[in-house]
Amino acid sequence: MRFLRYLLTLAVLALLVSFAWTLDRYATGMLTRILIIGLLAVSVALLTGVAGLPTLGQTAPFLVGAYTTANLIEHGHTIGVVHLLAAAGMGAAFALITAPLVVYARGVVVLMITLALGELTSTLAGRWKSVTHGTDGISVFTSVTPLPGLADLDTESSRYIYTLAVVGVLVGVVLLVLRSPAGALLRATRDDARRMRASGHPVAGYLTVAYVAAGALAGVAGALLFTEQSYVSPGDGGFDVAALILLAVVIGGATSMVGALIGAGLVVATRDWVAEAGHAPLLLGLLFIACVYLLPNGLLGDHAALSYLNRLVRPRSRPAPPSGPPPAARIPAPRAPAAADETVSEPVSEPGAAR
Amino acid sequence: MDAYLIPAVDGVAYGLLLFVVAAGLTLAFGVGDVLNLAHGTLFAFGAYAAAKISDGSWGSLALAVLVGTAAAGLGGALLSLLLTPLAGRGHLAQALLTFGVALVAGDRLTAMFGKDELALTVPKSLDRPVDLAGHSYPGYRLALIIVAALIAAALFVVVSRSRAGHFVRATVDDREMVAMLGVSPFTVRTSVLAGAGALAGLAGALGAPIIGAGPRTADLVLMLSLVVVVLGGMGSIAGALVAAIAVGEIQTIGVANPDLSTIAPFVLFGAMALALAARARGLLPSGRSA
Repeated sequence: MRFLRYLLTLAVLALLVSFAWTLDRYATGMLTRILIIGLLAVSVALLTGVAGLPTLGQTAPFLVGAYTTANLIEHGHTIGVVHLLAAAGMGAAFALITAPLVVYARGVVVLMITLALGELTSTLAGRWKSVTHGTDGISVFTSVTPLPGLADLDTESSRYIYTLAVVGVLVGVVLLVLRSPAGALLRATRDDARRMRASGHPVAGYLTVAYVAAGALAGVAGALLFTEQSYVSPGDGGFDVAALILLAVVIGGATSMVGALIGAGLVVATRDWVAEAGHAPLLLGLLFIACVYLLPNGLLGDHAALSYLNRLVRPRSRPAPPSGPPPAARIPAPRAPAAADETVSEPVSEPGAAR
Repeated sequence: MDAYLIPAVDGVAYGLLLFVVAAGLTLAFGVGDVLNLAHGTLFAFGAYAAAKISDGSWGSLALAVLVGTAAAGLGGALLSLLLTPLAGRGHLAQALLTFGVALVAGDRLTAMFGKDELALTVPKSLDRPVDLAGHSYPGYRLALIIVAALIAAALFVVVSRSRAGHFVRATVDDREMVAMLGVSPFTVRTSVLAGAGALAGLAGALGAPIIGAGPRTADLVLMLSLVVVVLGGMGSIAGALVAAIAVGEIQTIGVANPDLSTIAPFVLFGAMALALAARARGLLPSGRSA
């Protein structure tokens, strides 16, 4: 079974590599964009599904990475690895600075804090003209060299292979880390932060590490974006992009990194290919609505983990109120034998005690 | 200081208008437990109604207000129906659904009314400057301040005095207890979302001459009212009023002064992020009372 999975992974990778020669320029460009948005979606899934911090703000480190790369190229640095490292570093630094705002909150509050952070960053990108050239954006047409001595990335298919290599390695690393004890600690923090804290685990510390790592991933995605389109403007990291990526992650199932990549593919293909004739908002909106109704757990989501996520996303710990008029039976019977009642309810009241 | 008088009065007009919109959003969140990302689109319903119907006569303005309010109210009720199957799925599913509805409705509005900002006509007797402490000031804005203040006052009276208002406040405090009293949560949510939508449509029909009627209106209004709701304490109407006036002042004084216009958005969203983070760390009271 395990052998089959390796074989399948290898086959998919080989197929993806072969696309560089078999597809036309337009399709290759779209696959490159899917991989870039996919890496960004992986960083969102890492936070939303694994760490339990639903985010609309990963476009912020994404923009930071893209502008870092743009400035490096403007100053004559065209080595790809330098861009990736610098963008990852700046994305991580951005996350480290904003972490105190994010990691102490839960659920819908995180969604709104990160929304504000994303809006702040794209507004800043529109105003800080000396670094970002304002709303016009930065446009530099220079080919990037992945490593000194390698050929320039001057064709669509070479940029595709470069993006595929970077995204493939990073997603592989994320998957390995999530299978290690570090991933288990993160999932445990999502499932029951109070218990983790009680057992002496630094919950905020774990979440900060996850948030900084996700910031670095988003920064790298930003670097790849600039390499691909030789252009970046504040609109590349607006609220609509953030919502689109959250949709991709939810389609994929929130807890699954591969699901996030597939979701990104579906969303970008809808935006750029199916909706070529216009009405992209209409089709995307219908996609949002359809997947909320039809895919409550996403394509590859972990059902048990998602029920925790849904609970986390509510602002209060109370369960959902019933929809529809409450039947009379819902009114609890008077607590007649008080002493007996308490002894029964005591062990049950500890959340997760049965596990 | 005198140079800031007109922007400051403008800020009150803008702020009261924002309050009428954000009061709907804060009620939907506090009472209906719905994070409605389509709220800006409901405002756009009213704004487009005003742009298309109002032609300078009082009757047409009244008709525009009526049509905009009714359309947005119906939109809110429809949202509540759409949200019914999502019971127990949390805010993330709600946010995605309402955002999807906003995208679809926004696309349809653009298809119907075009991609440009529409011109707005206000009644002729209001479309002239009035004297305000030695400055001439647009009459429509002054009238809007009065009308919006009346709407705000009416809203306070309804929420604090009427029987429906009691249920609204009770639901914010303890949803299950209200359900046990025999009030269907579905009815509460639908009426609150319809009422919130109607408020947004009303604000849109009245405020379009200030905020505009175009494809970007919905996003702008949604973002500003989210800031107002968060700063106001997520569910508190009095808090939303204070926050709305503050946001209105920041917006208009920021636009009037080139030095400040650079920092206005940072003040808004920075304050929002800090308020949320402070509340998450338990530094601020949760303020969940209407």
